[in-house]
Amino acid sequence: MGMAADSEFHVLAVDDSIIDRKVIERLLKTSSYQVTTVDSGSKALEFLGLREDDGINPNTPSVSPNNHREVEVNLVITDYCMPGMTDYGLLKKIKESSSLKNIPVVIMSSENVPSRISRCLEEGAEEFLLKPVKLSDLKKLRPHMLRTKIKSHNGKQEPEELGMPDEKIGFPSPKQEEQQQQQPQSKNNKRKAMEEDVSPERTRPRLNGITTMV
Amino acid sequence: MLGLDADQLRADMNRLLAFLFHQGILDEQFLQLQQLQDENSPNFVSEVVNIYFHESEKLLRNLRSLLTMDRELLSFDKIGIHLNQFIGSSSSIGAQRVRNICVAFRAASDNNNRTGCLRSLEVLEHEHCILKNKLHELFQIEQQILLAAAVRYPVLN
Repeated sequence: MGMAADSEFHVLAVDDSIIDRKVIERLLKTSSYQVTTVDSGSKALEFLGLREDDGINPNTPSVSPNNHREVEVNLVITDYCMPGMTDYGLLKKIKESSSLKNIPVVIMSSENVPSRISRCLEEGAEEFLLKPVKLSDLKKLRPHMLRTKIKSHNGKQEPEELGMPDEKIGFPSPKQEEQQQQQPQSKNNKRKAMEEDVSPERTRPRLNGITTMV
Repeated sequence: MLGLDADQLRADMNRLLAFLFHQGILDEQFLQLQQLQDENSPNFVSEVVNIYFHESEKLLRNLRSLLTMDRELLSFDKIGIHLNQFIGSSSSIGAQRVRNICVAFRAASDNNNRTGCLRSLEVLEHEHCILKNKLHELFQIEQQILLAAAVRYPVLN
Protein backbone atom coordinates (compact mmCIF):
# COMPACT_ATOMS: atom_id res chain seq x y z
CA MET A 1 0.00 0.00 0.00
CA GLY A 2 2.84 2.38 -0.67
CA MET A 3 1.81 5.77 -1.86
CA ALA A 4 4.10 7.30 -4.40
CA ALA A 5 4.39 10.50 -2.40
CA ASP A 6 5.83 8.71 0.62
CA SER A 7 9.04 7.66 -1.06
CA GLU A 8 9.91 11.34 -1.18
CA PHE A 9 10.19 11.30 2.58
CA HIS A 10 13.46 10.45 4.21
CA VAL A 11 13.51 9.46 7.85
CA LEU A 12 16.59 9.34 10.03
CA ALA A 13 16.20 6.72 12.75
CA VAL A 14 18.46 6.83 15.78
CA ASP A 15 18.71 3.97 18.25
CA ASP A 16 21.59 2.29 20.02
CA SER A 17 19.81 -1.07 20.02
CA ILE A 18 20.60 -3.02 16.90
CA ILE A 19 17.33 -4.91 17.13
CA ASP A 20 15.29 -1.77 17.42
CA ARG A 21 17.15 -0.26 14.49
CA LYS A 22 16.32 -3.25 12.38
CA VAL A 23 12.68 -3.19 13.37
CA ILE A 24 12.19 0.53 12.93
CA GLU A 25 13.93 0.38 9.59
CA ARG A 26 11.55 -2.30 8.40
CA LEU A 27 8.55 -0.45 9.80
CA LEU A 28 9.56 2.69 7.95
CA LYS A 29 10.38 0.94 4.70
CA THR A 30 7.09 -0.93 4.82
CA SER A 31 5.45 2.47 5.13
CA SER A 32 7.34 3.47 1.98
CA TYR A 33 9.75 5.92 3.52
CA GLN A 34 13.42 6.12 2.74
CA VAL A 35 15.38 5.27 5.84
CA THR A 36 18.80 5.89 7.25
CA THR A 37 19.64 4.37 10.61
CA VAL A 38 22.41 5.42 12.95
CA ASP A 39 23.32 4.13 16.37
CA SER A 40 24.05 7.30 18.25
CA GLY A 41 23.04 10.91 18.66
CA SER A 42 26.44 12.16 17.56
CA LYS A 43 26.25 10.14 14.35
CA ALA A 44 22.80 11.53 13.80
CA LEU A 45 24.12 15.07 14.07
CA GLU A 46 26.95 14.21 11.74
CA PHE A 47 24.52 12.90 9.20
CA LEU A 48 22.44 16.01 9.54
CA GLY A 49 25.51 18.06 8.80
CA LEU A 50 25.94 19.67 12.15
CA ARG A 51 29.53 18.61 12.53
CA GLU A 52 32.51 19.77 10.52
CA ASP A 53 34.29 16.48 10.19
CA ASP A 54 33.49 13.99 7.50
CA GLY A 55 33.08 10.90 9.63
CA ILE A 56 32.24 7.89 7.55
CA ASN A 57 28.97 6.48 8.69
CA PRO A 58 28.48 2.86 7.70
CA ASN A 59 24.76 3.23 7.99
CA THR A 60 24.44 5.78 5.22
CA PRO A 61 24.72 3.96 1.93
CA SER A 62 25.21 6.66 -0.60
CA VAL A 63 25.61 9.91 1.24
CA SER A 64 28.83 11.72 1.85
CA PRO A 65 28.13 14.64 4.12
CA ASN A 66 30.42 17.52 3.43
CA ASN A 67 29.98 20.80 5.16
CA HIS A 68 26.36 21.00 4.16
CA ARG A 69 23.71 18.40 4.56
CA GLU A 70 23.25 16.95 1.09
CA VAL A 71 20.39 14.67 1.86
CA GLU A 72 17.15 16.18 3.00
CA VAL A 73 15.82 14.59 6.15
CA ASN A 74 12.11 14.99 6.67
CA LEU A 75 11.88 13.51 10.12
CA VAL A 76 14.14 12.26 12.88
CA ILE A 77 12.88 9.42 15.03
CA THR A 78 15.06 8.70 18.01
CA ASP A 79 15.23 6.61 21.12
CA TYR A 80 14.86 8.68 24.21
CA CYS A 81 17.81 7.38 26.13
CA MET A 82 21.10 6.48 24.57
CA PRO A 83 24.59 6.31 26.00
CA GLY A 84 26.86 9.12 24.98
CA MET A 85 24.29 11.84 24.87
CA THR A 86 22.03 13.07 27.61
CA ASP A 87 18.40 12.16 27.37
CA TYR A 88 17.02 15.16 25.53
CA GLY A 89 20.40 15.82 23.98
CA LEU A 90 19.74 15.10 20.36
CA LEU A 91 16.33 16.71 20.44
CA LYS A 92 17.73 19.84 22.01
CA LYS A 93 20.63 20.11 19.62
CA ILE A 94 18.34 19.82 16.65
CA LYS A 95 15.88 22.39 17.94
CA GLU A 96 18.68 24.79 18.87
CA SER A 97 20.21 24.64 15.42
CA SER A 98 19.04 27.26 12.98
CA SER A 99 19.43 24.90 10.05
CA LEU A 100 17.78 21.89 11.64
CA LYS A 101 15.14 23.21 13.99
CA ASN A 102 12.32 22.73 11.50
CA ILE A 103 12.94 19.04 11.15
CA PRO A 104 10.24 17.21 13.10
CA VAL A 105 11.60 14.99 15.84
CA VAL A 106 9.77 12.00 17.26
CA ILE A 107 10.88 10.35 20.47
CA MET A 108 10.57 6.64 21.22
CA SER A 109 10.81 5.16 24.65
CA SER A 110 10.13 1.82 26.24
CA GLU A 111 8.90 3.48 29.41
CA ASN A 112 5.64 5.29 29.86
CA VAL A 113 6.68 8.16 32.11
CA PRO A 114 4.28 11.10 31.84
CA SER A 115 6.80 13.68 33.00
CA ARG A 116 9.24 12.43 30.41
CA ILE A 117 6.60 12.61 27.72
CA SER A 118 5.56 16.15 28.52
CA ARG A 119 9.16 17.28 28.83
CA CYS A 120 9.94 15.91 25.38
CA LEU A 121 6.96 17.65 23.90
CA GLU A 122 7.94 20.89 25.63
CA GLU A 123 11.40 20.60 24.18
CA GLY A 124 9.89 20.47 20.72
CA ALA A 125 9.26 16.83 19.95
CA GLU A 126 6.26 16.27 17.73
CA GLU A 127 5.29 12.88 19.03
CA PHE A 128 6.21 10.46 21.72
CA LEU A 129 5.88 6.80 20.79
CA LEU A 130 5.96 3.94 23.22
CA LYS A 131 8.11 1.01 22.27
CA PRO A 132 7.71 -1.42 20.77
CA VAL A 133 6.63 0.81 17.94
CA LYS A 134 3.89 -0.55 15.72
CA LEU A 135 2.96 0.07 12.11
CA SER A 136 -0.12 1.95 13.24
CA ASP A 137 2.07 4.36 15.21
CA LEU A 138 3.83 5.39 12.03
CA LYS A 139 0.64 6.88 10.66
CA LYS A 140 1.21 9.68 13.11
CA LEU A 141 4.40 10.66 11.36
CA ARG A 142 3.05 11.71 8.00
CA PRO A 143 1.37 14.96 8.99
CA HIS A 144 4.60 16.22 10.49
CA MET A 145 6.57 15.46 7.38
CA LEU A 146 3.89 16.93 5.15
CA ARG A 147 3.96 20.12 7.12
CA THR A 148 7.63 20.66 6.44
CA LYS A 149 7.17 19.84 2.78
CA ILE A 150 4.43 22.42 2.57
CA LYS A 151 6.73 24.99 4.10
CA SER A 152 9.46 24.38 1.59
CA HIS A 153 7.41 23.60 -1.49
CA ASN A 154 4.56 26.02 -0.98
CA GLY A 155 1.42 24.09 -1.55
CA LYS A 156 2.22 21.68 -4.34
CA GLN A 157 1.27 18.90 -1.93
CA GLU A 158 -1.30 16.23 -2.59
CA PRO A 159 -1.71 14.54 0.73
CA GLU A 160 -3.69 11.34 0.77
CA GLU A 161 -4.31 10.92 4.42
CA LEU A 162 -3.48 12.79 7.53
CA GLY A 163 -3.45 11.16 10.89
CA MET A 164 -4.23 12.92 14.10
CA PRO A 165 -1.84 13.21 16.99
CA ASP A 166 -4.53 12.24 19.41
CA GLU A 167 -2.44 10.71 22.14
CA LYS A 168 -0.30 13.65 23.05
CA ILE A 169 -0.31 15.03 26.51
CA GLY A 170 1.03 18.50 25.90
CA PHE A 171 1.23 20.66 22.83
CA PRO A 172 4.17 22.72 21.76
CA SER A 173 3.46 26.16 20.36
CA PRO A 174 1.38 25.88 17.20
CA LYS A 175 3.01 26.11 13.86
CA GLN A 176 1.43 28.93 11.98
CA GLU A 177 2.64 28.33 8.49
CA GLU A 178 0.12 25.76 7.29
CA GLN A 179 -1.68 26.47 4.07
CA GLN A 180 -4.79 25.09 2.49
CA GLN A 181 -4.42 21.49 1.39
CA GLN A 182 -5.42 20.61 -2.12
CA GLN A 183 -7.41 17.58 -3.15
CA PRO A 184 -8.68 15.82 -0.09
CA GLN A 185 -8.49 12.14 -0.78
CA SER A 186 -8.89 8.84 1.01
CA LYS A 187 -10.27 8.46 4.47
CA ASN A 188 -8.29 7.47 7.47
CA ASN A 189 -10.42 5.06 9.42
CA LYS A 190 -8.76 6.13 12.67
CA ARG A 191 -9.95 9.64 12.25
CA LYS A 192 -12.98 10.90 14.05
CA ALA A 193 -15.56 12.02 11.55
CA MET A 194 -14.95 15.74 11.37
CA GLU A 195 -14.80 17.39 8.05
CA GLU A 196 -14.38 21.09 8.52
CA ASP A 197 -14.29 21.31 12.24
CA VAL A 198 -11.38 23.52 12.96
CA SER A 199 -11.57 25.08 16.35
CA PRO A 200 -9.54 28.21 16.97
CA GLU A 201 -9.29 27.34 20.66
CA ARG A 202 -7.09 24.35 20.02
CA THR A 203 -3.44 25.01 20.55
CA ARG A 204 -2.58 22.58 17.81
CA PRO A 205 -4.51 22.64 14.56
CA ARG A 206 -6.37 19.46 13.86
CA LEU A 207 -5.34 18.03 10.54
CA ASN A 208 -7.90 16.27 8.43
CA GLY A 209 -8.23 15.47 4.82
CA ILE A 210 -9.71 18.76 3.75
CA THR A 211 -8.51 21.84 5.47
CA THR A 212 -5.96 22.90 7.95
CA MET A 213 -6.09 25.92 10.06
CA VAL A 214 -3.78 28.74 9.36
CA MET B 1 5.34 -38.97 -0.55
CA LEU B 2 8.31 -37.30 1.05
CA GLY B 3 6.31 -36.44 4.12
CA LEU B 4 6.31 -32.80 3.16
CA ASP B 5 2.61 -32.17 3.40
CA ALA B 6 2.33 -28.41 3.39
CA ASP B 7 -1.13 -28.38 4.94
CA GLN B 8 -0.05 -30.62 7.78
CA LEU B 9 3.03 -28.51 8.36
CA ARG B 10 1.02 -25.32 8.37
CA ALA B 11 -1.29 -26.85 10.94
CA ASP B 12 1.74 -27.76 13.04
CA MET B 13 3.06 -24.25 12.79
CA ASN B 14 -0.24 -22.70 13.76
CA ARG B 15 -0.54 -25.05 16.67
CA LEU B 16 2.93 -24.13 17.87
CA LEU B 17 2.23 -20.41 17.50
CA ALA B 18 -1.07 -20.76 19.36
CA PHE B 19 0.75 -22.58 22.13
CA LEU B 20 3.41 -19.88 22.37
CA PHE B 21 0.84 -17.10 22.54
CA HIS B 22 -1.37 -18.97 24.94
CA GLN B 23 1.52 -19.61 27.28
CA GLY B 24 2.52 -15.99 27.14
CA ILE B 25 5.92 -16.89 25.76
CA LEU B 26 5.24 -14.60 22.82
CA ASP B 27 2.98 -11.58 22.56
CA GLU B 28 1.47 -9.53 19.75
CA GLN B 29 4.75 -7.83 18.98
CA PHE B 30 5.86 -11.09 17.42
CA LEU B 31 2.81 -10.92 15.17
CA GLN B 32 3.81 -7.41 14.22
CA LEU B 33 7.21 -8.74 13.14
CA GLN B 34 5.52 -11.39 11.04
CA GLN B 35 3.42 -8.72 9.38
CA LEU B 36 6.58 -6.88 8.44
CA GLN B 37 7.89 -9.90 6.59
CA ASP B 38 7.08 -9.89 2.91
CA GLU B 39 8.65 -10.55 -0.46
CA ASN B 40 10.93 -7.55 0.01
CA SER B 41 12.17 -8.90 3.29
CA PRO B 42 11.37 -12.61 3.26
CA ASN B 43 13.60 -13.58 6.19
CA PHE B 44 12.93 -10.62 8.36
CA VAL B 45 11.64 -12.47 11.40
CA SER B 46 14.43 -15.03 11.55
CA GLU B 47 17.01 -12.30 10.99
CA VAL B 48 15.71 -10.26 13.88
CA VAL B 49 15.44 -13.33 16.09
CA ASN B 50 19.00 -14.36 15.28
CA ILE B 51 20.28 -10.92 16.19
CA TYR B 52 18.27 -11.13 19.37
CA PHE B 53 19.79 -14.43 20.47
CA HIS B 54 23.26 -13.30 19.58
CA GLU B 55 22.77 -10.32 21.86
CA SER B 56 20.83 -12.07 24.60
CA GLU B 57 23.40 -14.83 24.99
CA LYS B 58 26.06 -12.22 25.50
CA LEU B 59 23.89 -10.43 28.02
CA LEU B 60 23.30 -13.67 29.92
CA ARG B 61 27.01 -14.43 30.03
CA ASN B 62 27.73 -10.95 31.31
CA LEU B 63 24.99 -11.14 33.90
CA ARG B 64 26.33 -14.46 35.12
CA SER B 65 29.84 -13.14 35.49
CA LEU B 66 28.67 -9.90 37.09
CA LEU B 67 26.74 -11.83 39.71
CA THR B 68 29.50 -14.28 40.52
CA MET B 69 31.90 -11.51 41.39
CA ASP B 70 32.93 -10.87 44.95
CA ARG B 71 30.48 -8.79 46.90
CA GLU B 72 32.73 -5.75 46.99
CA LEU B 73 33.02 -5.72 43.22
CA LEU B 74 29.38 -6.42 42.52
CA SER B 75 27.84 -3.60 40.57
CA PHE B 76 24.07 -3.56 40.59
CA ASP B 77 24.20 -0.55 38.32
CA LYS B 78 25.89 -2.55 35.61
CA ILE B 79 23.41 -5.34 36.11
CA GLY B 80 20.61 -2.82 35.73
CA ILE B 81 22.07 -1.53 32.48
CA HIS B 82 22.30 -5.03 31.06
CA LEU B 83 18.76 -5.75 32.10
CA ASN B 84 17.44 -2.59 30.50
CA GLN B 85 18.93 -3.71 27.24
CA PHE B 86 17.55 -7.19 27.70
CA ILE B 87 14.10 -5.84 28.47
CA GLY B 88 14.16 -3.57 25.44
CA SER B 89 15.23 -6.26 22.99
CA SER B 90 12.87 -8.87 24.38
CA SER B 91 10.04 -6.43 24.17
CA SER B 92 10.91 -5.59 20.58
CA ILE B 93 10.63 -9.17 19.42
CA GLY B 94 7.61 -10.05 21.52
CA ALA B 95 9.42 -12.32 23.96
CA GLN B 96 6.97 -11.56 26.72
CA ARG B 97 7.89 -14.13 29.30
CA VAL B 98 11.60 -13.46 29.07
CA ARG B 99 10.89 -9.77 29.30
CA ASN B 100 8.76 -10.15 32.42
CA ILE B 101 11.45 -12.18 34.14
CA CYS B 102 13.97 -9.47 33.33
CA VAL B 103 11.68 -6.90 34.89
CA ALA B 104 11.48 -8.92 38.11
CA PHE B 105 15.24 -9.41 37.93
CA ARG B 106 15.71 -5.67 37.62
CA ALA B 107 13.57 -5.11 40.70
CA ALA B 108 15.82 -7.44 42.68
CA SER B 109 18.83 -5.61 41.36
CA ASP B 110 17.34 -2.23 42.26
CA ASN B 111 17.04 -3.56 45.80
CA ASN B 112 20.65 -4.71 45.81
CA ASN B 113 19.33 -8.20 46.43
CA ARG B 114 22.05 -10.55 45.26
CA THR B 115 20.23 -13.74 46.15
CA GLY B 116 17.12 -12.56 44.39
CA CYS B 117 19.22 -11.70 41.37
CA LEU B 118 20.82 -15.11 41.26
CA ARG B 119 17.45 -16.77 41.44
CA SER B 120 16.10 -14.54 38.69
CA LEU B 121 19.09 -15.33 36.55
CA GLU B 122 18.41 -19.06 36.85
CA VAL B 123 14.81 -18.58 35.79
CA LEU B 124 15.88 -16.26 33.00
CA GLU B 125 18.40 -18.73 31.63
CA HIS B 126 15.77 -21.43 31.70
CA GLU B 127 13.10 -19.36 29.95
CA HIS B 128 15.57 -18.10 27.44
CA CYS B 129 16.42 -21.67 26.58
CA ILE B 130 12.77 -22.57 26.10
CA LEU B 131 12.24 -19.55 23.87
CA LYS B 132 15.23 -20.43 21.77
CA ASN B 133 14.13 -24.02 21.30
CA LYS B 134 10.58 -23.09 20.41
CA LEU B 135 11.56 -20.42 17.92
CA HIS B 136 14.08 -22.78 16.38
CA GLU B 137 11.29 -25.31 16.00
CA LEU B 138 9.06 -22.66 14.45
CA PHE B 139 11.63 -21.68 11.86
CA GLN B 140 12.31 -25.31 11.04
CA ILE B 141 8.65 -25.92 10.28
CA GLU B 142 8.63 -22.75 8.21
CA GLN B 143 11.59 -24.01 6.20
CA GLN B 144 9.85 -27.29 5.60
CA ILE B 145 6.73 -25.51 4.40
CA LEU B 146 8.85 -23.62 1.89
CA LEU B 147 10.41 -26.87 0.76
CA ALA B 148 7.04 -28.51 0.43
CA ALA B 149 5.80 -25.65 -1.69
CA ALA B 150 8.84 -25.94 -3.92
CA VAL B 151 8.40 -29.62 -4.63
CA ARG B 152 6.35 -30.35 -7.70
CA TYR B 153 4.71 -33.65 -8.38
CA PRO B 154 3.56 -34.53 -11.90
CA VAL B 155 -0.17 -35.13 -11.87
CA LEU B 156 -1.10 -38.35 -13.64
CA ASN B 157 -4.63 -38.53 -14.96
